Amino acid sequence: MTPTPELPPERTTYAERRSQRIDALASASAAEEGGVSLIKSAWRRLRRNPVFLVGLAITVAFIALALVAPWLAPWDPAARPLLDDVRPQSNPVPGPEAGHPLGADDKGRDLLSRLLVGSQQTLLVGVLATFFGLLGGLVLGTLAGAVGGWIDSLVMRIVDVMLSIPSLLLAFTLAALATRPSQWTLIIAIATVQVPIFARLLRGSMLAQRASDHVLAARSLGVKQRAIVFRHMLPNALGPVIVQATLVLAVAIIDAAALSFLGLGNPDDRRPEWGQMLGKAQPFLGEAPHLAFYPAACIIVVALGFTLMGESLREALDPKTRR
Amino acid sequence: MSTPMSTHAVHPVHSSEPLLSVRDLRVTFGRRGEQPFKAVDGISFDVRPGQTVGLVGESGCGKSVTSLAIMGLLPTRGNTVEGSAVFDGEDLLRLSPGQMRDRRGREIAMIFQDPLSSLNPVVQIGRQVTEVMERHQGLSRKEAMPKAAELLERVGIPDPKARLVNYPHQLSGGMRQRALIAMALACKPRLLIADEPTTALDVTIQAQILALLKELVVETGTALVMITHDLGVVAGLCDEVNVLYGGRIVERGDRHTLFSRPRHPYTVGLLNSIPRLDAPRGEALSPIPGSVADNLPWDSACAFAPRCPNALDVCVQQTPEWEGDDVVGLRCFNPMGVSR
Repeated sequence: MTPTPELPPERTTYAERRSQRIDALASASAAEEGGVSLIKSAWRRLRRNPVFLVGLAITVAFIALALVAPWLAPWDPAARPLLDDVRPQSNPVPGPEAGHPLGADDKGRDLLSRLLVGSQQTLLVGVLATFFGLLGGLVLGTLAGAVGGWIDSLVMRIVDVMLSIPSLLLAFTLAALATRPSQWTLIIAIATVQVPIFARLLRGSMLAQRASDHVLAARSLGVKQRAIVFRHMLPNALGPVIVQATLVLAVAIIDAAALSFLGLGNPDDRRPEWGQMLGKAQPFLGEAPHLAFYPAACIIVVALGFTLMGESLREALDPKTRR
Repeated sequence: MSTPMSTHAVHPVHSSEPLLSVRDLRVTFGRRGEQPFKAVDGISFDVRPGQTVGLVGESGCGKSVTSLAIMGLLPTRGNTVEGSAVFDGEDLLRLSPGQMRDRRGREIAMIFQDPLSSLNPVVQIGRQVTEVMERHQGLSRKEAMPKAAELLERVGIPDPKARLVNYPHQLSGGMRQRALIAMALACKPRLLIADEPTTALDVTIQAQILALLKELVVETGTALVMITHDLGVVAGLCDEVNVLYGGRIVERGDRHTLFSRPRHPYTVGLLNSIPRLDAPRGEALSPIPGSVADNLPWDSACAFAPRCPNALDVCVQQTPEWEGDDVVGLRCFNPMGVSR
């Protein structure tokens, strides 16, 4: 993520910087007006923005590849067609040959097929972790922003505590707590880390909505509190949260790869995952750097795609950066 | 204020019992340990069925806070509301939030200043109008939709059926204010508070909206509290006018008397600062010097004294008392001459 211009130049703590960034995003939405026309004008600007188009292209290509990967992959990612070529002493990692354009890994499994099928796990973890993080953040943020009072204070102090711990460290800790690591413990660990970000963001824009004219107008007509929160405040407060979600997707993918790399993800390497492949390539970095290079490149490109898209989306929807 | 009615020409509706009777309303903002700010400092007025009462004054005189206090829409913390606002035998200021919520939209409704920001940008107009009827009349959305179309037609929105599925940004400013009026009148409230309903509109639309409000008030017998800084609006619409300054009423009268024989120097200043078509060419507008920031506290002086062309020594030493009743009155030591 690129630093936002709102940040003061002086040295601030990690937690302060993150809180400020989230608050800046939230306040950006407060100044928004005009509903759909804003989205329309944002789209007009986005269509001509090469950064957004590159990000969009990468993202769309990645999702499409992940969806059709089982049919596209020439080999079963768990099969070991090149097992006979593996020589632990002279040739631990078989190189490219006919039918295997990227060669095989140290167990004789087709690398291209594993990369393709691995994209599915990456997409699954990224999307689910973001989804659950968003869900948790929505509940907490709505509670804090709509109810206010001591509930707001309580929720926001918990959020502050969670934000004060570096996110990757917190995710490691949570994932390591699981007695049997699996894809799901990974997803839960990463989702939990995203909850405070979404909660704080949503609370900020809910507060802005609570003070808005149309909420006052709805109250002047005797509309019930529940309808005010869910029909008048929440739908109008979601904008920055949705933008943040595209950025969190990139973070979730990188975090998932990092956790898998350290063996905190799914231990079963018959179901490939990029971070896990990267981890398993470690012993062969000298002989076969390409074994690490390909999954690493995939992770970087995909994370870049989501980040470019999310950042340009945020800029386009932020009235302060509009030119 | 309890003196018997004077000999002034009395509007016919004055004879009936007041629908809303505000007595000594005080709203103070401030936290513990801070100097409290008196936004509304003892305001009393009556509104009778079918009557239109104007609250007039410049920004910061407490007119919007008065309306929000009556509606129970002030923030729950950081302010104290004293006095009473008796509506149909019940003191609105003593009702629980839930009881107040049941009355808002059904018995009392409000129209706000900015029609665009007062509509929910992501909800279709039709749903916003039906929401009130679903809430107070127990109708389903399906039952309420045709009524919403009728309402939109009644407030002068052309092709109302098509407008039901439009979003606020797809309507013009005047249409939006008409839609808001439709929402406010959906449950036929007995009292309507309009807080500067025409300020955000251009002049031709202003005239249309005012004409519509007048028509609806006459047709339905709804009482109207008109909050405005625009004396032109008052002249066209209000039966009774209250001029507010610094959170207190400084002059009251029916609009004809007030416009032809204004007595408080502040009222005169407001009237003089209206641009006139029949003024001589090149004549400068005469604004009231200073701003509300120059106010003196009412406790020991007249708040308007620092800006007043008629100020005497007594004006900065004593509080001018209210002289009059609930139909006509004045709070001034040195009023302007009877003829202007």
